[in-house]
Parts: sequence; C-alpha cells; structure tokens
Amino acid sequence: MTTSSAAAARTRQPSSLAFRLNGRDVSFSIEPQVTLLDLLRERAGLTGSKKGCDRGQCGACTVLVNGRRTLACLSLAVVHAGDEITTIEGLAAPGVLHPVQAAFIEHDGFQCGFCTAGQIMSAVAVLAEGRAHTDDEIREAMSGNLCRCGAYPNIVAAVRAAGGAG
Amino acid sequence: MRAFEYVVADSNATARRLIGEVASARYYAGGTTLVDLMKADVERPARIVDISRLPLTSIELRDDVVRIGALARNSDVAYDEIVASRFPALSEALLSGASGQIRNAATVGGNLLQRTRCSYFRETRWRCNKREPGSGCDALDGFNRGHAILGTSDACIAAYPGDFAVALSALSAQVVVEGAAGERRIAFEDFYLLPGARPQDETALLPGELITAVELHDEPLHRRSHYLKVRDRASYEFALVSVACGVRLDEGGRIDAARLALGGVATIPWRAHVAEAALAGAAPDDAAFGRAASLALNEARPRKYNAFKVELAKRAIVRALRAVCAGTR
Repeated sequence: MTTSSAAAARTRQPSSLAFRLNGRDVSFSIEPQVTLLDLLRERAGLTGSKKGCDRGQCGACTVLVNGRRTLACLSLAVVHAGDEITTIEGLAAPGVLHPVQAAFIEHDGFQCGFCTAGQIMSAVAVLAEGRAHTDDEIREAMSGNLCRCGAYPNIVAAVRAAGGAG
Repeated sequence: MRAFEYVVADSNATARRLIGEVASARYYAGGTTLVDLMKADVERPARIVDISRLPLTSIELRDDVVRIGALARNSDVAYDEIVASRFPALSEALLSGASGQIRNAATVGGNLLQRTRCSYFRETRWRCNKREPGSGCDALDGFNRGHAILGTSDACIAAYPGDFAVALSALSAQVVVEGAAGERRIAFEDFYLLPGARPQDETALLPGELITAVELHDEPLHRRSHYLKVRDRASYEFALVSVACGVRLDEGGRIDAARLALGGVATIPWRAHVAEAALAGAAPDDAAFGRAASLALNEARPRKYNAFKVELAKRAIVRALRAVCAGTR
C-alpha cells in the first residue's frame, strides 16, 4: 500500500501536537484521525463546543482558529500545530461575561442551549468581520448555526444589540 | 474514521512526491469535504498529505490576468478587492456557498475538487458507480429530485454541487496545475469530465498533480457578471439551479457577447455555448433571454422527480440575464 511503511508506522501512532488554547500553550499526544472537536471535548475537557451533527451542518462546534470562525468537527486536530484556538470557555475574562454572552442572556437568545456556544462563537466572529448590520445581513451571516428550538428572532436581536445597533 | 498516515508537505514538490507514493492518498487543504466524506466512509485515504501551510494563498493581478492561489480561503477570495471589482459573479458565487465557518476553511483548490452531494454516493449502503465503479446507480430510479438533467449518463446522474466552479466556467478560467512534467494550464471546460461510463473519473488532473492556482482574464464582460442561486432555503443550502452570466453590451445597447453557465442541473459546471451564441447581437429583452434559456435546456433529460428543474432553470436564466443586462444585480 505504501512504499514507506516505516513512515506509515510512525505517523499512524499518536504524535505530539502543540498549539495555543484559550490563551495558554497546550500540548497533546493524539492520533491523526482525531478531529479538533473531539480533541477539545475528550482530551482538553472543554465540552462547551457541542457535537451536534458532526458533519459540518449545524454549527454547534464553531470555534475561532486564529480569530476566524471554523467548524471544529470538519477539521483534523493535527493540522492545527501552532494555531491559536479560542472556544466558548476562553471568551470571557473570569467573572465578566463577554458582551455577546451578555446580549444572548439579555435577549433570551436560546431555549435548550445546545446550539448556544456555537451561536455565540459565530456571532463574535461575525461582529469582528464587521459586514453584517441589518437583520437580514445578520441572518445570512449566522446561517451556518442552526437552532432547532427556533430562537432565531432573539438570536438576531442579541447579535444586533451586541453589535451596537440597538 | 479509518486510520491513516498523516504527513506534512513543506513544498509543492514534496507534496507531489508524498501523494504519488500511495494510490489512495489525498491532499488536505481546508478539510471540509474530505473529513466529512472520511467520516461517511466514502473517502478512505491510507495517507493524508497536509498542504495547508504551503504558500499558495496570494491573489495577484498581472497584465490583465488575476491569479488566485489554490490555498486562498473562500472567504478571503470573496471579499478580495481585486476579485470583487473585476469578477462580481465569482464573489457572489463564493458568498452563496456553504456558511461563514466553512468559507473560512475551504480553499480554491479544494473547492474545485469537492464531490457530489448525491445521497446515494454519500451513503455506502446504496449502489453508486462513482463510489464503487460498476456497482450500479440507485439514483436513476431513486429519489432524484436534486439530481442532474444535463450531462447525465446511464451510469450517473449526480449533480455537480458547487457554486464557485460554475462562475469560473462562465468566466473562462484556467486551472494551473503542477505535475511531474512541470506546470500546465487546463482550460476550465476541459477540467471536469462528463460521467459517461466512468463517473469515477471526475477531472482532467493526472495522478499526483497539484492545483496551484486559478487564473482569470480581467475584461469588461467579466466585470459585468452575476451569479444567481435558487435553492430550497434562503441560505446555507446547495443549488437546485444556479446561473452564472456575463454580458458585454455594444454602444447601441445590444448584447455584443454573453457568457452563461449553469449549476445544480448538470453533472459538471455547465457552460451553455449555444445559448451564448443566440444572445450575441440580440436586444437585451425577455424574448432574447427566453430563447437563450430554451436553448440552454434543450437537451435536458429529467428523471422522475427533477423535471421541475427544466422550467426553474429557464426562469432563473431569464432573471439572471435581466439583472446583468440592466446592471441591477
């Protein structure tokens, strides 16, 4: 199957992966088939990022990679050596909510809460991208985050408020 | 997900060597299609060659040619000033595809190689000639509402799913690839292969070849271009029908030249040359648009559940041409 079976034997085994996670240098020994989402949840113990569909369809696993929103379920962890990863757990300073978190509470932007971490991470990035201002633009920008409870009107209101548009 | 060997490429040449050593090896750029299909057990690479850090991300304009690096991310390309100002259809197509999260990961080269969303391809319990050559096609008499009506064969009716490539087709792009014999350019119309009897062969890429860039000519017709996507949801959904078009109007306001490509309805990004020829010299009115639309769908071969796409495509073509000719897109 391969002309370099020694290399195959070596790289199928767990190897060391170092990156920045929520502002801290971390290192894990992982197998290459581990997704970033599984690493975060099962190895780093950060279960805020949710495994909804695990197929890139729901957005519940949204995290920031070098400041850009990305689906942790559609990404192998090993490709992230040296990257800066931010999860919902790394968003707020201790004891102080991030403005987007506060806006979701203020505007009741959730019901069951399962999609909320992904919604908030996506919203943080949408506001940083600075291209969504009207409700329609916010809906379009947030379309990668599904909410099966249907809290969309309140999610849009929260994003709009956190963006300073009232 | 099955186990595989993971290797990082530090140069184009290394990447090609690492790919060439293992028949089932796959390049990893953004991972959005590959990881998904590996979880579904449709893609089973014994080796993954990580090319995501290769310096192929720049977007450059030189002598009226815009070169977009194969590892440029979809979101960066869509919002790039060079691209948005010269190829509006390209930006519109990219922004109509997937979600903000996926566009941040997906790359130009990976996007060109995304696989069909045919559910019979994606589900290993069904027969699929693309996934398992010679096994048959359960889509032919299955639930084929989303499937192709143009460019189909008895072996495969899977629709090409992308948006970006449909716009690239209308804009007559070239795909720049690097292989053992050096660099070569593949005209966009030669890049995708009709399924015919071998639907497993999807592109003109030779084994081990690496896409390094896409090139487009900056010209007036491309600056007046538009991408219209029609789908079941307002956002984050694949096209039922999409239309990429561009026009050049003469001084009298008639259509001097037109470009037209269709997505969602064909097995490959579908360039509609006959319709383009019919538009040349015509006044930009609904009669001309309607004639072009009928010609574009003339050879449509619908199946049980997707006949609606014929009329939908015609109407989408008229609507897209109206907008691009009026300058209201």
